[in-house]
Order: sequence, then structure tokens, then C-alpha cells
Amino acid sequence: MTEFTPIASLVGGTLIGLSAALLLLLEGRIAGISGIAGRLLPPWRDGLFAQRLAFITGLVAAPFLVAAVTGTPVMQTVSTNLPLMTVAGLLVGFGSVWGGGCTSGHGVCGLARLSPRSLVATLVFMGTGFLTVLVMRHVIGG
Amino acid sequence: MPILVNLALGLLFGVGLVVSGMSNPAKVLNFLDLFGSFDPSLAFVMGGAVIVAFVGFRLARLRATPVLAPAFQLPTRRDIDTRVIVGPALFGIGWGLGGFCPGPAFTALGLGAAGTLVFVPAMLAGMWAARLLAERTA
Repeated sequence: MTEFTPIASLVGGTLIGLSAALLLLLEGRIAGISGIAGRLLPPWRDGLFAQRLAFITGLVAAPFLVAAVTGTPVMQTVSTNLPLMTVAGLLVGFGSVWGGGCTSGHGVCGLARLSPRSLVATLVFMGTGFLTVLVMRHVIGG
Repeated sequence: MPILVNLALGLLFGVGLVVSGMSNPAKVLNFLDLFGSFDPSLAFVMGGAVIVAFVGFRLARLRATPVLAPAFQLPTRRDIDTRVIVGPALFGIGWGLGGFCPGPAFTALGLGAAGTLVFVPAMLAGMWAARLLAERTA
């Protein structure tokens, strides 16, 4: 079980939305993490490599900033099934770039732009995500 | 300057992921577990983020150009093709298996869990494969 955290989740979501809005205002770009991370790999075409690496570096540094400010380490539970996590990583990486976005690019920015493509993409990945957990926990694991 | 801005905004985005609980795969998997240990928190993450981005995007677009770049770079496609079905379908399966989407996977990297340390390189390999395949079939 995990605790229901509506306030912390709403505050965190607000910060995510603020980051996305500021990236568009300042840099004119969409805060899609799969787009940013996928273009860290060659071929490089648009000369924005350093900007993308800086954004990802900020993501990696974030839990250390939170831990320093709150004085408590960031806790998380990650599966120890390494073959499963490898397959999961391949699917997340391939699927998000093939579909032109992930939870941030389609789910947050796309919905905020009222894009029909992003609405379809979000419904599809939420749907297969629900189904996958249903099968893993209640059909196979049940 | 753009590099510092991107670093700061990545940090802000990542702090949002950590504070919201989205960076914890257990919380994501419980959100996706409608018929089990359902934790609705992530609906509040998405709701908050979409509302703030919705307003912020509209305010940003009141300008003719971004503050630090020559032009806005926005997706223009609105059609529904097979890629925008197949890609998210595969992504959702991986999300449901591991509990990580790309942003939270990066925020988890420095915490060093073994599952994260195999997930992130596999994710980058998958991203690269999709880009190369897209270029070949374009």
C-alpha cells in the first residue's frame, strides 16, 4: 500500500506544470521528457544538445535537492526483478519515442494544448498501463 | 544562459516529480491498480500539472516569440496515425511493468536502485531504436 497524498501530489503537479510553462515561455519548447532524452543520442541536428543534457541533469539532481531541503532522504520502492525492469525500460523507451511523447509530452503538455493526438495517446497508455497491472497483479500474480 | 535555464527547469520539473510521489514506482503501480491497492494521488499530479500548463501556455503564447529563443517550436500534427496508437500502447505496458515513465526514471537514477540502473539504459536503447527506425521508414 502507498498513502494517498492529494496535497503533496497537487503541489508537485503544479511545479511540473510551472516548469513546462516556463520552458515554453523562455525557450519556446515543449517539456516532453522522452523527446528531450531521445535526442541526447545521435544523430544530433539542431544544436540543442547542451540544453537537453542540462534539463536531464536537473531531473537527476532533483531528489538530492529535496532531501537537502527537507532533511529526509527520498524513499522509493523499485522492483528487484532485473529482467522485468529491462523489458519495461525497452518498452517505455521505444514506445514513448515511437508515439511522439510520454506522460509529460502527451499527458501534461499535449492535454494542456488540447491536442487530439495527445488525448488519444494518453488514453491508450493509461489503458494499457491499467491492463498490464491488472494482468500482472490479479491474473498472473493473483 | 539557456543552459542554466534548462538546468533550473529540469530541477523544478524533477522536484515536482519527487514531491508529488510520481518518482516512486510503487505509487505509480498502485495508481494503475484500479481493482487492488488503488492510490488516486497521481490524478492530482496530472490535474495540477495540466491546469497550470494550460494557463501558462496561453500566457506564454501572448508573446510573438519566446524570451530566449527566436521562435516557438510546437507540434503541429493533429491527425491520428498508427504510431500514436502503437507507441503509447507499448509505452503503457512498460509503464505498468516497471512503474517508471521517462521523467521519474531519471529522478530515480541517482538513488541507485538496481532496477533503475537496468531500466534507464534499456529505456535509452529503446528510444534510440525508435528514432533510428523512424528515420529509416520516414
